[in-house]
Amino acid sequence: MKFSSQTKQKIAFMLLGIASTIVIVPVIVIFTILIQKGLPAINWQFLTAMPRMGMRAGGIFPAIMGTLYLVSGTIVVALPLGVLAAIYLVEYARRNFLTRMIEVAIVNLAGVPSVVYGLFGMGLFVIYLKMGVSIVAGALTLAIMILPVIITSAKEALQSVPRSFREASLALGVSKWQTIRYVVLPNALPGILTGTILGISRAAGETAPILFTVAAFYLPRLPKSIFDQCMALPYHLYVLSTQVPNVSPKIQYGTALVLVGMVFLLNLVAVIVRSHIRSRKQW
Amino acid sequence: MRRFKEFLIEKIILLNGFACILFVILIFFFLAKDGLTLFKTVSPWHFLFGTLWNPLAEPPQVGILPLFLGSLIVTLGATVISVPLGMACAIFIGEIAPRWIRELLKAGVELLAAIPSIVIGFIGMTMLGPIVKNLFHLPTGLTALTGSLALAFMAIPTIVSIMEDAISSVPRSYKEGSLALGATHWQTIHRVIIPAASSGIVAAVMLGIGRVIGETMAVMMLTGNASVLPKTILEPVRTMTATIAAEMGETVRGSEHYFALFALGLVLFVITFFINLAADAALHQKQK
Repeated sequence: MKFSSQTKQKIAFMLLGIASTIVIVPVIVIFTILIQKGLPAINWQFLTAMPRMGMRAGGIFPAIMGTLYLVSGTIVVALPLGVLAAIYLVEYARRNFLTRMIEVAIVNLAGVPSVVYGLFGMGLFVIYLKMGVSIVAGALTLAIMILPVIITSAKEALQSVPRSFREASLALGVSKWQTIRYVVLPNALPGILTGTILGISRAAGETAPILFTVAAFYLPRLPKSIFDQCMALPYHLYVLSTQVPNVSPKIQYGTALVLVGMVFLLNLVAVIVRSHIRSRKQW
Repeated sequence: MRRFKEFLIEKIILLNGFACILFVILIFFFLAKDGLTLFKTVSPWHFLFGTLWNPLAEPPQVGILPLFLGSLIVTLGATVISVPLGMACAIFIGEIAPRWIRELLKAGVELLAAIPSIVIGFIGMTMLGPIVKNLFHLPTGLTALTGSLALAFMAIPTIVSIMEDAISSVPRSYKEGSLALGATHWQTIHRVIIPAASSGIVAAVMLGIGRVIGETMAVMMLTGNASVLPKTILEPVRTMTATIAAEMGETVRGSEHYFALFALGLVLFVITFFINLAADAALHQKQK
């Protein structure tokens, strides 16, 4: 059978449309299920109480707090490191072999499997640097993992600041670092924030890197210091769904919904910051 | 004084710039330090091509072939599903869809990318597993296919966003030239735009594959974790990543099992390293 090119186009476009639908439907299904089954579990007590009866009852408070501690630790390490690395690449680096090596290293860091980060974090921080299974070790591991996300978005933000801003500042006799500090960075800040939030949302959801570096199976109290273990939401969901028998689905779905809700809240903030910059840009 | 301060700051920034190279080297070093210790007692040949993974046996059997094939079969399955779907979605977003559908699809794909892998694993266990089980009348729904399906959807956001970038960076004049010659929009897409975007498309596929090989939690929860040589896609398998995640917590530090898991991590690191290098080379070729 031979079709005219118009018919062929119709068939092709229809197939592409169907494929796109297949991609999008599971997303809707996942969210519907999560909200439908998870929402009934969520109440004040679930969010603020300690788990009881081998995690089969009570709340998920220590897991929520643990994830917050980890995420804060991760920002403290990754943000300055990532932004300074981006400043180097955009403002100082020349186009040479070394710069190319740095770029290749960033690409490769972005591609290292999350469980390999876990192994590395255990080898370097937990054992070699003797930090033990602790919040510091986990936060450092997560920080290295999200470094490529932060560097890449900070680079874009710095590059989008017009050259003329820098030239005007330098022409006034201001030094290079002062130009970066007082002219370039303030203008790039919203873009840097967006990338940082996206990186954090990734760190909040990861399980494999914290398996051997920080996560506590069951610890119904808050950590005492940064050298203490802690529970974390993603690992708690893993424990509830595979390691502990007879957990009611309500608690499992509730935990999953809180985790997804937290990640999405962060993403939402990033999207709002991003659209805010776009509308306020003066150049 | 100001000169000195400027100099100092510049050096600090320089150090941060090199941090990424340092981290890649550190990761390799710490994996190799413990991983290579294994080869004092086990030959690399037995490690890479041994068909038995039973590190708790006496003597321990640490052949990673079943795990490697497990990763391979799950990755192949996920690639076969995600590449056509992702490519279709990218073309639809980039060329065909009206504005509001485009924004909707893009938001959906970003949403998909943000779901943590543990949540995909959890939903897959409770929803997808039973479907696969009943559909193929299997004793268990946790098979290589289940893992492939879930991983395909985790790779799709990577594939779509990079392919869409590649498609939208094809110069407008190519498209206009083709349309002016009387070609239909579809002919223009598959004869002009796709070939012009091919290096970006190759990079998207590579990065998607890299994402799938390295995925850990979802795959551990969905593939059934049987470390046997896989024969069909409807059997439980166990991947390299899942093995590390599942066994590292229970192993004794300094045992052969412990070193074998680090060696496995080294194998994974090397595989993803080369995949990412190739993808980066493909992207760079485009820029020239």
